[in-house]
Amino acid sequence: MSHSILLRNGRVIDPANRRDAVGDVLVVDGYVAPQGAAVPEGVETVDCTGRVVTPGLIDLHVHLREPGQSAKETIASGARAAAAGGFTTVVCMPNTSPSIDSASVVAWVLAKAQAEACVRVLPTGALSKGIAGEEMAPIGALKKAGVVALTDDGRCIQNHELMRRALEYAKMFGLIVMDHCQDYSLVGKGVMHEGYWSTVLGLPGWPAAGEELIVQRNALLAELTGTPIHCQHLSAAGSVRVLREARQRGVPLSGEVCPHHIALTDASLRGYDTNFKMNPPLRSEEHVEALIEGIADGTITILASDHAPHCGFEKEVEFDQAPFGILGLETEVGLFLDILVHKRKAIDLNRFVEMYTVNPARLLGLETGTLGAGAPGDVTVLDPGLEWTVDRNASFSLSRNTPFHGWELKGRAVRTVVGGKSVWSL
Amino acid sequence: MSAAEQTSAAQLPAPARWTRKDLTGLQDLSAEELNLVLDTAAAFKTVGTRNIKKVPALRGKTLVNFFVEPSTRTRVSFELAAERLSADIINMSASASSLTKGETLKDTALNLQALHADMIVLRHSSAGAAQFLAERLDASIVNAGDGAHEHPTQALLDAFTIRERKGRIAGLHVAIVGDILFSRVARSDIFALTKLGAKVTLVGPSTLVPEELRRLGVEISHDLDTLLPELDVINLLRVQHERQRKEYFPSLGEYTALFGLTKARAARLREDCLVMHPGPINRGVEIDSDVADSGRSVILEQVTNGLAVRMAVLYLCNAARSGEWL
Repeated sequence: MSHSILLRNGRVIDPANRRDAVGDVLVVDGYVAPQGAAVPEGVETVDCTGRVVTPGLIDLHVHLREPGQSAKETIASGARAAAAGGFTTVVCMPNTSPSIDSASVVAWVLAKAQAEACVRVLPTGALSKGIAGEEMAPIGALKKAGVVALTDDGRCIQNHELMRRALEYAKMFGLIVMDHCQDYSLVGKGVMHEGYWSTVLGLPGWPAAGEELIVQRNALLAELTGTPIHCQHLSAAGSVRVLREARQRGVPLSGEVCPHHIALTDASLRGYDTNFKMNPPLRSEEHVEALIEGIADGTITILASDHAPHCGFEKEVEFDQAPFGILGLETEVGLFLDILVHKRKAIDLNRFVEMYTVNPARLLGLETGTLGAGAPGDVTVLDPGLEWTVDRNASFSLSRNTPFHGWELKGRAVRTVVGGKSVWSL
Repeated sequence: MSAAEQTSAAQLPAPARWTRKDLTGLQDLSAEELNLVLDTAAAFKTVGTRNIKKVPALRGKTLVNFFVEPSTRTRVSFELAAERLSADIINMSASASSLTKGETLKDTALNLQALHADMIVLRHSSAGAAQFLAERLDASIVNAGDGAHEHPTQALLDAFTIRERKGRIAGLHVAIVGDILFSRVARSDIFALTKLGAKVTLVGPSTLVPEELRRLGVEISHDLDTLLPELDVINLLRVQHERQRKEYFPSLGEYTALFGLTKARAARLREDCLVMHPGPINRGVEIDSDVADSGRSVILEQVTNGLAVRMAVLYLCNAARSGEWL
């Protein structure tokens, strides 16, 4: 009976099926049962009165650090952090050591996930060999091995011809490309948003145009090749404008926003705390406003964390020498609910759920992200009104690099069900 | 204690308002704190002209001159300042430290603390490095330049020199000319001089003078010639060849033609306008060789005053940490 569960009397929000009503969700033997189906004898029952029951949330942008960097995170620990954040599926990035640029590394990740992860872990494959941006990765072999998308995340292919051909080649396998948008010549050694604060702090600036230029490049190449490009962790106002215009014309371009880019600004770097150092960097107020506007008007369709664990000793160095990135899996639902749904009222709960379920599922061609009958029994229970305080020491991650320690947030996941099995509950 | 030592103590201003164990920058200092450092420096300046050029302010204290980025004049100035305060001094450079073996800055600093260093003077190529140490060590940290962020003792000696020569800082028009973007001296000068009431104009190529700095209450100009007759002080920054990539301006020749203090430009300065430079100077680039040596140039006075200012800073920070006031 461990793969069956009845979630009773919650507000069920299932955007894939346009369902938003109080009711039950039943999972039998790992799959969602039709509404009104008979409840098997002795099935575990959870009262969800006053809570929101949604398809299992999907985070399509996380770094699980294995193989090669298991002091920062492992597939097992990252999966536990995902479960505690309300996620039933995570899509892991290939910038590991070695990178996920061959069928054998994909197989290793899948085997490790199968054996040790409490949520579904879906690997992406590198777009270029070794994520070096010089030669195409073995895309056909990666597809066969089971990657769900291609990306050089952490790096960005600068050679437009290589990008164009890789997009064309990926199309043959139905794989989308996710791109970390950064123009190297404009960004140079930039470590924070170029503006007033970088000038006062004397830190090398990372101009917004360094992202916007590549988003524009991607709009042109997505149109030219017809291969969908998903622009990762958008941070700049111009990126939202380019994306909006491209989508209005039907170009297969999409974008995601991470919580730190709307929760914080570059003024946070005043104390040189490396927990505020990420790539792309925290930007100024007008960029934050443009991102929230893009989320509100539907230009941005996906929310994700860019969960990027680093060891304490790696972060505790001079600012310009510290690695980029922060934890995200256990705080993103709370931050987005608190800021987007409660404080700014930029989106309602339905949109929130859509951006974490059906939208990423459709982009990647997954069968999850829905509570339709026969779908995998992945369910998340949210308590949107729950007030809680972020405690980095309670994290399931192996790392502690979060700038949100001590933040008081409203809303979080309280139960995570994967294939009918509760893998975490508050 | 000798008679000379005792007099110096009597001349020091009341330090009641100084509570900082570290000096990492000038941005957060009040005008009162800035003036206290300048007054203290004035008292220490007389020490340098005596037969016995020493006071016991740091007797028994260990000071580490930790220069991760190479420097000669600042290191020597701090070393001499500490000597005159009777400190025990260790000089450490990056190449002689374990940083080259992969030890982190934090670990190197903790090792210095384990050896009971009381004060660390840090020069580092990373902005924020001095603050990084100040937050982690009990020792006093004095910033001797961190990346493109701040160089507080240089700005204090600039302010000291202006005040000594002009009798005041408030109301004076000071131009800072050159590579503002990469200059830690410029940032510290801006913080100190604006707080003390000067009008500050930044001058240089548009690629090296960020518009954002207007928010700090300064003016920006790309036309040195029209400014010349109005200036009370012109502070020329070194054109830093090693940091500059060729995309910031076309050539040194064009830089000199637009922003160099040539003889012709110097002739249009007011008679009493001070010509300053933090050094080391590039003769013939940002400043004409004869102008650098002329009567209105106070470049070498800046060096002398630097000693007094650094004595004041070391004394105040040590006393705030240890409670040992003279």
